[in-house]
Amino acid sequence: MLHIVNKSHAQTTSLQSCLRLAKAGSALLLIEDAVYAATVAGAAGSGIADAMKTLKVYALQPDVEARGMTGKLVDGVTAVDYAGFVDLVAEHPNNQSWL
Amino acid sequence: MTAKKFMFVNRKAPFGTIYALESLEVVLITATFDQDVSLVFVDDGVYEIVKGQNPKGIGIKNHAPTYRALDGYDVEKLYVERESMQARGLTEADLLVDVEVLSSAEMADLMAEQDVVLSF
Repeated sequence: MLHIVNKSHAQTTSLQSCLRLAKAGSALLLIEDAVYAATVAGAAGSGIADAMKTLKVYALQPDVEARGMTGKLVDGVTAVDYAGFVDLVAEHPNNQSWL
Repeated sequence: MTAKKFMFVNRKAPFGTIYALESLEVVLITATFDQDVSLVFVDDGVYEIVKGQNPKGIGIKNHAPTYRALDGYDVEKLYVERESMQARGLTEADLLVDVEVLSSAEMADLMAEQDVVLSF
């Protein structure tokens, strides 16, 4: 399963709930303001650092670049472009966009 | 047409946004097409099915009774995440419909087996 989160972990509880309900082995794609959760500064507080032990974590590169976070992602997070986003959706049997 | 498994994930309180009502509308539409529908209530979504709601004073139609009518549409799979319910000081006795209470892990399993998951 692919989980998609688009809100900052500092603003809403979407990421927190996603991490609580995502099964080990699932994929998590961070887009829009959710990319802050995967930065070196944010990864511990957002829970991403822990989540990376059981989930495969991706961040949408155009959103990372837009926010000046290029080079600030924590090690182990995979950056994907829009085509990569499409691939992730296609590769997983189902997905959920957390609101 | 083969029925697909649709899960509606409700995570918003009932009146602060339109999400709760919109979810109900889409659930009813989906059920009309004879699909396998599950509703889950997580986080503030648990407040959607609390007994005793009376929004008359805020000028909003009370849509809570609709949850009780869902079984008339063969929508009988309602689930609440235990952690969300307990965090809000609620028990099953506080809810206006019969639900199955699941742990986070059980909820995660259920979510993973769906064909379509829609967030509200």
